[in-house]
Amino acid sequence: MSDASTSAKGDLQLRNITKTYGDFNAVDDLTLTIPEGSFFALLGPSGCGKTTTLRMIAGLEEPTAGTIHVGSTDITDMKPYRRPVNTVFQNYALFPHLSIFENVAFGLRRRGIKDVKEQVDKVLQLVELPHLAERKPTQLSGGQQQRIAVARAIVNRPALLLLDEPLGALDLKLRRQMQIELKWIQTEVGLTFVHVTHDQEEAMTMADTIAVMNEGRIEQMGTPADLYDNPQTAFVANFLGQSNLIQGNVIATDGDSHTVDLFGQKVKVNKNRSVAKDSSILFGIRPEKIRIQENSHTNSGCVLEGGTIVDVSYIGVSTQYQVEMPWGQELMVFEQNDDGIPPLAKGDGVKLSWEPVFSFGLNGHEDASAGSEVNPTEDE
Amino acid sequence: MVAIARKSTGLNPLDSLRQKVAMPYLLLLPGMLWLLVFFLAPILTLVSTSTKVPGMGIGEFVQQYRWANYWDAITAMQTQFIRTFVYAIIATLLALAISYPLAYAIAFKSGRWKNVLLVLVVAPFFCSFILRTIAWRQILAQDGLVFKTLHSLHLISADTRLTSSAFAVVTGLAYNFLPFMTLPLYASLERIDPRTMEASGDLYANGLTTFRKVTLPLSMPGVVAGTLLTFIPAAGDFVNAQILGNPSTTMIGNVINAQYLQTTNYPLAATLSFILMIAILAIVLVYIRKSGTDELV
Repeated sequence: MSDASTSAKGDLQLRNITKTYGDFNAVDDLTLTIPEGSFFALLGPSGCGKTTTLRMIAGLEEPTAGTIHVGSTDITDMKPYRRPVNTVFQNYALFPHLSIFENVAFGLRRRGIKDVKEQVDKVLQLVELPHLAERKPTQLSGGQQQRIAVARAIVNRPALLLLDEPLGALDLKLRRQMQIELKWIQTEVGLTFVHVTHDQEEAMTMADTIAVMNEGRIEQMGTPADLYDNPQTAFVANFLGQSNLIQGNVIATDGDSHTVDLFGQKVKVNKNRSVAKDSSILFGIRPEKIRIQENSHTNSGCVLEGGTIVDVSYIGVSTQYQVEMPWGQELMVFEQNDDGIPPLAKGDGVKLSWEPVFSFGLNGHEDASAGSEVNPTEDE
Repeated sequence: MVAIARKSTGLNPLDSLRQKVAMPYLLLLPGMLWLLVFFLAPILTLVSTSTKVPGMGIGEFVQQYRWANYWDAITAMQTQFIRTFVYAIIATLLALAISYPLAYAIAFKSGRWKNVLLVLVVAPFFCSFILRTIAWRQILAQDGLVFKTLHSLHLISADTRLTSSAFAVVTGLAYNFLPFMTLPLYASLERIDPRTMEASGDLYANGLTTFRKVTLPLSMPGVVAGTLLTFIPAAGDFVNAQILGNPSTTMIGNVINAQYLQTTNYPLAATLSFILMIAILAIVLVYIRKSGTDELV
């Protein structure tokens, strides 16, 4: 067959994709290139448009505007069954009336391939379930069904494999294991994986590149480390891990750093780690980068004084503190339990310090709580 | 648990165990009694009547255990038996052809109209069965819409009669049992996860192939249930043949009805009833075996 289902190869390009339902913009003028062979994650809270984007790539929804290309082939108006794309559905959508073997062979048979046994056996071996070939899907556990869903898709060697919250129905331990396995399979088969998830940890474990989506737009795109260390918006800073964001003003710039006034105390932030457009800045520092010490200590780096511990939770590897600052805001501090010193107590007066390289600056006119009220571990 | 049970019921453990064993049988008792009185007893009476022969007086029959009655009945009513099953099968297929798209549309395409449409499917039951069957005489009459349409399409000539015909009987059968076909079909289609159909499209199957390989196999329990619920009452029906048919469209139900109520030949009526029952049972068993629905989830 000479259609695109087998021939099209190359980068996936979404150009100015918009999808509206009534007057609601599910996806808003999205432009995105996903390089061939990469493991790409679309990350965002429920209703951010990530699943809609995936369904448009699969051909299950039609974009209101914009085009989708695989390499040089325009697939925007192509029927789903003609696209060089296969999907691993959220609840697997295995065919309950067919055996595991026939489930996996389904795509091959539809493309008129007569001798499917070798390919099916090979992919069942890849997912380590060759002994279940004659079973029915309902006789398999959730984790096994998940692997069969992956096998059923990758046996077709699509240009693109789409994964729609593929691990959402599994328990935590199995999810961890499958994350590593999926990443391994992707490296093994070398296909482009586009993975949709609301779980930031899942995205960071597996993906080479993550696009954080919010309200139908991409907030920021980059490697997991880049997104975590250099968030560009309050939404990304809060959705990917946790951040302390403090409203402040840039009062001086010398060399390559800004001096920021935070309610009367001075701290520094690297100029190229700040995206503030004017003197109004949201000063950011991750909780695990902060050192917490009793007032009597002397500190290096940036220091904020006058904190009072209002809550202590001991969680094994670390202790989490809520520290109320003189201006009323509560900051989070995660302290590794690796120094043998017993944790500080509620009510203690403390000062917080950190190395200036860890802090970042955001546009001060942003809502500091954006992205923090959505619970990223909650299932959709 | 035992201690609590003893306290609340005041029984010793052995008594409560006895109660546990006896409970299912107690619960079954009303149903079993019902079956005994209203199913098993009538069947035995029916079989015993079927082997009687005419006695001296009019309407008097004596038990002679004449099993040859069965052979006599089959040879005498062969035509009616065959006709009955042919009509019932055609009506069932017709109902299936009409119901499947209808049930499919209700299950997948009706959106918020789903409940309204389901009520409409059942709505005819609020009107008398006889009345609705008589209405078909009007529908198929010379000045009715069906006749005029078919005539203007030159499919039938002006002197064709649609009423009092085999066509009318089969149409009536298909119409009257349509909800029995639609509802089980709807129930099994509605249970299909639409994502399995999306997955099929995603795996290179076009609309028709998806229907053949995914939707239809997954809806087979509904097809089997629907065809049985239509075929069985259609095979035993006599109202449609009586109201919409003519003497040459007599079904076995009409014969039994006539033998009981007009000729009062009870042994023959009983024999025919029993044969009809066994024949339907045999057809149903073969059908279920062939369709292999036990393979389906």
